[in-house]
Amino acid sequence: MSARETFLAEAAKRILITDGAFGTEIQSWKLQEEDYAGNLGLSHEQKGNNDILALTKPEVPEAIHRAYFEAGADIAETNTFSANRISQADYGAEHLVREINIESAGAARRVADEFQAKDGRPRFVAGAIGPTNKTLSLSPDVNDPGYREIDWDTLVDVYKEQAAALVEGGADFILIETVFDTLNAKAGIMAVKQLEADLGRDVPIMLSMTLTDLSGRNLSGHTVEAFWHAVRHAKPVTIGLNCSFGATQLRPHVKTLSEIADTLIMIYPNAGLPNELGAYDEVPDTTAGFVKEWAEAGQVNVLGGCCGSTPAHIAAMAKAVQGIAPRKIPTLEPMTRLAGLEPFIMAA
Amino acid sequence: MTATPSSARFVNIGERTNVTGSARFKKLIMAGDYPTAIEVARQQVENGAQVIDVNMDEGLLDAVEAMTTYLKLIAAEPDIARVPIMIDSSKWDVIEAGMKCVSGKPIVNSISMKEGEEQFLEQARKCMAYGAAVVVMAFDETGQADTRERKVEICKRAYKLLTGIGFPPEDIIFDPNVFAVATGIEEHDRYALDFIEAVKEIREACPHVHFSGGLSNLSFSFRGNETVRRAMHSVFLYYAIPAGLDMAIVNAGQLDVYDQIDPVLREACEDVILMRQPKEGDQTATERLIELAESFKGQDKTQEKAAQEWRGWEPVKRIEHALVKGIDAHIVEDTEEARQAIFERGGRPIEVIEGPLMDGMNVVGDLFGSGKMFLPQVVKSARVMKKAVAHLIPFIEAEKAEGAKAKGRIIMATVKGDVHDIGKNIVGVVLQCNGYEVIDLGVMVPWSTILETAQKEDVDIIGLSGLITPSLDEMVTVAEEMQRADMQIPLLIGGATTSKVHTALRIDPAYNGAVIHVLDASRAVGVASQLLSDTQASGYIESVAIDYEKVREAREGKGKKDVLPLAEARANAFKPDFADKAPAPVEPGLHVFEDWDLADLRETFDWTPFFRAWELAGTYPSILEDDVVGESARNLFADAQKMLDQIIEEKWLTARGVCSFWECHGDGDDILLADGTRLPMLRQQFQKSRGRANFCLSDFVDPAGDWLGGFAVGIHGIDPHIARFKEAHDDYSDILLKALADRFAEAFAERLHQHVRTTLWGYAPGEQLTNEALIREQYRGIRPAPGYPACPDHSLKPILFDLLKAQDNAGITLTESQAMLPTSAVSGFYFAHPESQYFGVARIGRDQLEDYARRRGVDLATAERWLRPNLD
Repeated sequence: MSARETFLAEAAKRILITDGAFGTEIQSWKLQEEDYAGNLGLSHEQKGNNDILALTKPEVPEAIHRAYFEAGADIAETNTFSANRISQADYGAEHLVREINIESAGAARRVADEFQAKDGRPRFVAGAIGPTNKTLSLSPDVNDPGYREIDWDTLVDVYKEQAAALVEGGADFILIETVFDTLNAKAGIMAVKQLEADLGRDVPIMLSMTLTDLSGRNLSGHTVEAFWHAVRHAKPVTIGLNCSFGATQLRPHVKTLSEIADTLIMIYPNAGLPNELGAYDEVPDTTAGFVKEWAEAGQVNVLGGCCGSTPAHIAAMAKAVQGIAPRKIPTLEPMTRLAGLEPFIMAA
Repeated sequence: MTATPSSARFVNIGERTNVTGSARFKKLIMAGDYPTAIEVARQQVENGAQVIDVNMDEGLLDAVEAMTTYLKLIAAEPDIARVPIMIDSSKWDVIEAGMKCVSGKPIVNSISMKEGEEQFLEQARKCMAYGAAVVVMAFDETGQADTRERKVEICKRAYKLLTGIGFPPEDIIFDPNVFAVATGIEEHDRYALDFIEAVKEIREACPHVHFSGGLSNLSFSFRGNETVRRAMHSVFLYYAIPAGLDMAIVNAGQLDVYDQIDPVLREACEDVILMRQPKEGDQTATERLIELAESFKGQDKTQEKAAQEWRGWEPVKRIEHALVKGIDAHIVEDTEEARQAIFERGGRPIEVIEGPLMDGMNVVGDLFGSGKMFLPQVVKSARVMKKAVAHLIPFIEAEKAEGAKAKGRIIMATVKGDVHDIGKNIVGVVLQCNGYEVIDLGVMVPWSTILETAQKEDVDIIGLSGLITPSLDEMVTVAEEMQRADMQIPLLIGGATTSKVHTALRIDPAYNGAVIHVLDASRAVGVASQLLSDTQASGYIESVAIDYEKVREAREGKGKKDVLPLAEARANAFKPDFADKAPAPVEPGLHVFEDWDLADLRETFDWTPFFRAWELAGTYPSILEDDVVGESARNLFADAQKMLDQIIEEKWLTARGVCSFWECHGDGDDILLADGTRLPMLRQQFQKSRGRANFCLSDFVDPAGDWLGGFAVGIHGIDPHIARFKEAHDDYSDILLKALADRFAEAFAERLHQHVRTTLWGYAPGEQLTNEALIREQYRGIRPAPGYPACPDHSLKPILFDLLKAQDNAGITLTESQAMLPTSAVSGFYFAHPESQYFGVARIGRDQLEDYARRRGVDLATAERWLRPNLD
């Protein structure tokens, strides 16, 4: 069976669990500049470049993957959110993008296989692709609203380089996450489509949008429905939301998405809203309690955590949703689902 | 939010943004007047177009360029971009370029089998990969379908091909070609009826597809007679929609309601479209409509006024409307009107900004804050603001003598360790739009660069941004450094993780100048204008200060539980093994260095901060080979070496220093010197994770008897040289010299510490460290300075200086805020225990504050003032 088929088969049986935050876990290692920089001889300061740990301190991400699998996760998301040419350029490490992604995916793969071998339960590796800090839809210059810092073709190439390396390293899926600009996500989809053509096989996509305001829009202004319409052609294995706010604030948007999307729903919220000092203090049982409500309402297929979540949060979620039936994928009437910033449907 | 998606059985597609269909639009695009061309699209949406058709197919235009430019501009107009786009071109490269700019799910108009099946399917596959629905023209290798049979045949074939490659049938929209009727050519008479009947038949044969048509073709023979054209379009739709037509490219503002069309005209149109013989007379349907058309000429224009209603409002309301809607077409005249009104009642031009414009921006800010407007629109509003301000500037400058201050200079920076800059860039442009000069320092900016620039550029405000959690601490550091540098200018705080509470609790107390948390980009201008206003600044700053004080008061109770009781923190003190403590100094007493060899110090330079001071990112020496900054770094390094040669050879500078060692013992959290001097220290009081102690510097000193050192070093003699450079307007050398003087001071501190370890105290006589190892502090012992995290109380500095007689021995004095003069100077204590280490005291509780004040022998208020950064 292909990864897509195995995943769908597992998701039909139960609610699957993806992992939680990496950044906060890495922080607890109290790594110093030399841990990050290793012997790579890079000219820029590397502290904070979490993705480079794949090369300089691989035992850290490996240990975190292991902790999440031990907590009950079915999916490991690779530690590659910023492992693209644009983001790594800020660290003078753009020439290492391929290597970082191959090593990150490889490490996640090894740990996933190790756990799968232990109990026979399939474990998956989602190759995570962040949005970069450039946006295809907005101009950074108000005097020139038509200006863009980056163009489509460049961004497609950036994403493709990363996606190819993730797949080469052993990722089952490409997870285009924290989508703040829908057009960036569409470029990511194009990159994976091109990769599929090159490889001559299916590379399943997971998509996850992030909301920037409580009315339910991302930074490029798209509502949840408009976003789904704009990316549905990716035939993603999962669609969902991550980061944004805590579970409480996401509730109405999870419900909306679960009703309109004819694929699996994956939600991985932050552990609540950050407090005034920027820390997340929602305790595992609280977060688990929120996501359990979605599970009971039949709105979700995959759950996990984003900022502030820990293996304890993931364990609490896994426990809370154990035995609850997963959401059934709805069959949608054929209708033309168009979108500007808002959705537009033509009955067919 | 949109609770239910907009849906429709019939879709109006705006056609006025089509150079082939609108002479006016074509003229605007040819002239490059994109702002007005964008207004055309806005009007279409306001008039009810549910999809906007954009077409740039004009021989003299670079259609790819025009299409992408226009689509990107539309993306910045949320009022327009909320609806889907139809990318309309007969050229595939224009269509593909368009798909790269459209963020939702657009419609491509169109593809066809004109060039054969292979190309047709390749283009269809690309539309699928970009995520677009597609209009398929009834066109094949032999030509455009005109008759009903040809329309049906071609569409069925295309449907089979498309569904065969997995194209979703619901994303197929057939355009079976609307041709002009009533042309006088007999074979054209059937065109409308053939279209309607073909739609009916194709719909049966091809489930889920849609139908579209370009209506303006239909009435082509009546160009110039809008009344008749409108009537024809409405009548055509009246019959075509029930047949299955569910989309039409039409000027949404120019559709009549079927029932309201003049009955005579309506019947004449029906005769033409449905190919009926008129009931009366012997004229053909075409002849009759042509004759009738004469009497309907020139009846338009009335409706266009409606959308312009707001133009009749009061100027202040108009300005607000223009700002909220982002319409810049009339803002100059409206601003001028407001200016004159204010002028007539004796006001100043600046009041237009502080009054109506700021009020308008505040409305924008509130709408944005409550989720009713979003970012692109705010940026748009800012552009309107800029136009208004640009108009006012000459008036404001003309009366500058009266002290008006139209703009200020603002630094924007994303703090060190953070690479997120979208928010900061937006705030920057919004401020620029409003007439402020923005110095954007970019991302990962260390505080030293911010402060250096602030002083160098004489800025009015510093704005800090950050998105990740650790940036919060860095912002406090910037505030602390601003305080250390004795700055006064306001500090703005913004970014996703920042908050009013954090600003009030952590940042505001670290800096005596105004600190303002700016909730979002739209508020930045309001805040900046008030801060820099001659009339409003002090009142505003005071109101914010009161507000933040309230936040602090409200937090006071809550904060306490995060801090351990002092007794508990003390119980968790760090307990080094005093068996390992350093022996008594080999050469106790005071050591004065009148003139340390500069050539020796030069060997101990830590060059990395030197380059960072020049905004050259990288670590020495690899920075010299860096692809990006390597060349500048090499040039700078060469200049620095040259100046160093001169400094040493011509003896520009003198390195003076002093150090001493004192017998002492640890006494709780104090270090008690043998001469009776008590050095109270502060203990970490926050909850530590398992196994970590709550550190205090006194922990490193044996209560049974031990030794403590102290030092102060300074670099003298810079002033005459700086004066010389200033006179020659040589900023470069000025800064270079100051930067090198700082390096000398740091190197002196490092070198002296080494001398102390190996010789004077002599607890590590065999120490052999490279310069790199020195810089990484890979040696035994620490030298924390008063005012730094392990010893946050600046006011210990005078005690240290008295012990060292630093003024006499090293020529170093302290300002009232305990800053050292000369500027390039370093001081601190020496701790020699091998387990001694740097740490940050961070937040302490009231109990420790009170205890500390008692131990220091100062009143509570004084202690509070010095320790404020460590108090919540």
